[in-house]
Amino acid sequence: MRKTLLGLAAAALALSVSAPAIAQDKIKACFVYIGPKTDGGWTQAHDIGRQLVDKELGDKVETQYVESVPEGPDAERVIERFARSGCAIVFTTSFGYMDQTIAVASKFPDVKFEHATGYKTAENVTSYNSRFYEGRYIIGQIAAKMSKTGVAGYIASFPVPEVVQGINAFTLGAQSVNPDFKLKVIWVNTWHDAGKEADAAKALIDQGVDILTQHTDSAAPMQIAEERGIKAFGQAFDQIQAGPNAQLTAIVDTWGPYYVKRIQAVLDGTWKGGEATWDGLAEGILEMAPYTNMPDDMKAAAEETEAKIKSGELKPFTGPITKQDGTEWLKEGESADDPTLLGLNFYVKGVDDKLPN
Amino acid sequence: MGIAESILLTIATAATPLLIAAMGELVVERSGVLNLGVEGMMVMGAVCGFAAAALTGSPWMGVFGGILAGVVMSLLFAFLTLSIATNQVATGLSLTLLGLGLSGMIGESFVGSAGRKLPVLDLPVLSDLPLVGRLVFGQDPIFYMSIALTLGVSWFLFRTRAGLTLRSIGDSHSSAHALGISVIGYRYLAVMFGGACAGLAGAHLSLVYTPQWVENMTAGRGWIALALVVFASWRPLRVLAGAYLFGAVTIGQLHAQALGFGIPSQLLSSLPYLATIVVLVLISRNRRLTLMNTPASLGQPFVPER
Amino acid sequence: MRIELVKRQQRSALFSALSPFIALALTILAGAILFAFLGKNPATALYYYFVDPLLETWSLHELAIKSAPLILIAVGLSICFLSNNWNIGAEGQFIMGAVVGSMLPVMFPEFQYWFVLPLMLVMGIAGGAAYAAIPAFLKVRFNTNEILTSLMLVYVAQLFLDWLVRGPWRNPAGFNFPETVRFHAHAILPEILPASGRAHWGFVFALIAAVALWFILSRTLTGFEVKVMGQSPRAGRFAGFSRPKLIFFAFLLSGGLAGLAGISEVSGAMGQLRPVISPGYGFTAIIVAFLGRLNPLGIVAAGLVLGLTYLGGEAAQISLGVSDKVARVFQGMLLFFVLGCDTLIHYRVRFIGSPAQKPVEEA
Repeated sequence: MRKTLLGLAAAALALSVSAPAIAQDKIKACFVYIGPKTDGGWTQAHDIGRQLVDKELGDKVETQYVESVPEGPDAERVIERFARSGCAIVFTTSFGYMDQTIAVASKFPDVKFEHATGYKTAENVTSYNSRFYEGRYIIGQIAAKMSKTGVAGYIASFPVPEVVQGINAFTLGAQSVNPDFKLKVIWVNTWHDAGKEADAAKALIDQGVDILTQHTDSAAPMQIAEERGIKAFGQAFDQIQAGPNAQLTAIVDTWGPYYVKRIQAVLDGTWKGGEATWDGLAEGILEMAPYTNMPDDMKAAAEETEAKIKSGELKPFTGPITKQDGTEWLKEGESADDPTLLGLNFYVKGVDDKLPN
Repeated sequence: MGIAESILLTIATAATPLLIAAMGELVVERSGVLNLGVEGMMVMGAVCGFAAAALTGSPWMGVFGGILAGVVMSLLFAFLTLSIATNQVATGLSLTLLGLGLSGMIGESFVGSAGRKLPVLDLPVLSDLPLVGRLVFGQDPIFYMSIALTLGVSWFLFRTRAGLTLRSIGDSHSSAHALGISVIGYRYLAVMFGGACAGLAGAHLSLVYTPQWVENMTAGRGWIALALVVFASWRPLRVLAGAYLFGAVTIGQLHAQALGFGIPSQLLSSLPYLATIVVLVLISRNRRLTLMNTPASLGQPFVPER
Repeated sequence: MRIELVKRQQRSALFSALSPFIALALTILAGAILFAFLGKNPATALYYYFVDPLLETWSLHELAIKSAPLILIAVGLSICFLSNNWNIGAEGQFIMGAVVGSMLPVMFPEFQYWFVLPLMLVMGIAGGAAYAAIPAFLKVRFNTNEILTSLMLVYVAQLFLDWLVRGPWRNPAGFNFPETVRFHAHAILPEILPASGRAHWGFVFALIAAVALWFILSRTLTGFEVKVMGQSPRAGRFAGFSRPKLIFFAFLLSGGLAGLAGISEVSGAMGQLRPVISPGYGFTAIIVAFLGRLNPLGIVAAGLVLGLTYLGGEAAQISLGVSDKVARVFQGMLLFFVLGCDTLIHYRVRFIGSPAQKPVEEA
């Protein structure tokens, strides 16, 4: 009995192993994710991008992914597995994958790599990022116009430059409308704990903020805003479903068009390494969800700001800007350069918080 | 609604799932069984509660679904540790692992779908009383269940015969067995009660606290519930106090930040854990007090001799 | 139907040998059902889980990298668990070992000599052991439950590391991102066979630790003491064994090994400190310890099997689109079956059927 079973299993194995042969005319595009692909935030936004690739280039490209890959040696293993298994291009979608991406890339010069939100590149590695802060500037302006208390609340994850950029841009946007506008910040030290985000939202509301924004992944703060009857901004996704009366707009991450463009470049043979792409609203790597729950004139003002940022007429980090400690950062008309922004580690004046250090 | 009232409400919401899960585990441990799988049962309660509510459209079915999921998970644990006498610590840990994995699988199709929130009580006049109105007369049903549960467990353990029997089993299963008490039977019921409570606590997360499903949404609360039981030295009313204290520290930490005190947030975040250690030490220093309440046969497998 | 357990006079030698295989067979069977239920060909899925990762040399290296910390921590924990010390805070001890060991390359990057690495390893062991000494001390001095204190200390250690790499230890040239400087060449744990893959000496440490602890447990008085105190503290006291001494021994040893695992991981596989350096090795190692049935040599096998499920999980995800949660369910089931089958070693199982039938003796 046991023998027959084993024999059957072996036969089945032999059969199935020969089966998964991939059609040779397709190239493979592979994605490494930091979270579950349905995390409702960062990773899901990338996965929606991957699905767009399937849709637009499905006849020429096959996509594969591994989700919830911890940073460190696990990431290096997954990236190497992709490189060995014949992926033409590998997208690594977390800052913490940077050194692993570079390390594997040096061993596989024929495979192309793109690393999200880092600062290192190589012959066959590019980096790509989104100027999320452009959206933050717009929502800051809206907040200052909509707020009655003159105080907004910001639920922040970790003090990395990207989050600090967001807090500063929001503050600058708000101050362009109301110079006395205040921002309260709570660091929850997690990207992903719905309960904690909800608690932080309630604490901020209890302390008198009437507009919420967040740099964490769950829709919980939006739900609380809806429940307490205040306004909020969606993060990574259009969260209108969680806050039909609360959401003013949302900063939506749209990686899809970028992925399609880059994979098309691989197909065309025009892909080049060593580049660092930092796109913004103009290139469509982020979008603003429809402006709702606000008077028409504010909507028009927001659309105007969005258009100005897209055209390059308005750069959020343009002087005069004073640092939180009162010293001057940028002179009148002077704009911050990218390296400074990429390593941003101080607040501008008006943020009611000490930057964790 | 004043700021004090509103903060108290937030604390109550944060404390309720901890209280319920800890109350269940308290009964389990009083019977002499240590189930470290609270986190796993709780997360299953959260996903199944959410799924049941989403599929039927009724949040009450969600509450039921959450409890049922907790009970099913606990039965798995009970079978392994009670019927075939496996190691309780290891079985509990694997229950957590299994729960986290299974809940992720079940929940994949529910991510991002709209949650159903349990309605809150709304009484004319009473709910609008200053300070205590919403706190006493305007909360969700699970809050009232948690309070009833605390009183009920306290009454059961110390005022009923069955409660006395349960405690005697926890203190010495062999003597209880010698008296003709069905040790395994009682423990099965206790473990299932613990599972039901963990499931309900999970359902609170996905139906009241944050009406949505997010993977791993318990985020360690099951472990806190376990700590609370010891923190409370196995006394129901102290679990209540502990859960609210823990809720208050968590929420107070966030308020301290919003006021801009500028203390490292990691230090604030670690305060609840350090506080638990300190309290554990304070309690266990007093040997007499510990011995009086600690179930002496906690964690030891029992196999009836014939 | 009712199940009744009858204690055996002696451990069953037959089932001692057979039970891991029965458990593995049951897991594979249950896994096959699970995959069929998910609409995947079970044979293909199992092939990707258990065979595919073993076919290439580089992949074997990766298996060694993944298993090394699991084995290293788990063999230490086996001493704890055998002596009835429930240290479940190995995750925190892993982190503190890594932090203390990293002090040299991070705080004194100019200090570059050949003996930096050995010093780091020693400091890593000391860091892990010192952190494990806290619950041991509290247990000995105040009788505080070590399960809870060691667990709480995990969260504290995680937050401490987080604060370090975002604050005082942040790489000044790293664009303000939360990570330390990369370690200099003298602070890197070398690879064993650089020509064929990345596996570093951490795996060798794990094997040495396993053999050493196997020797201690089976051939020395200390090992005897551990087992006696674990099974019957009263008997141990009569034999004149010191409870506090044994508690400290078990915690310091397991903490030290967890610390060594931490510093090996950081100096071998990562080359710097980050906010998160462990995907839960300290907790998974508890499962590995039981999977290896608290026998150091069994733990080596268990660590490799569990490591394989991670690699296999990725292979299955890439090739079949099986969700990564399946791997966790798989690990949970495997442990359940192992624990269940081990009952057969100590007990006879009788199934008492419907009233009319007479009890049928199984096993």
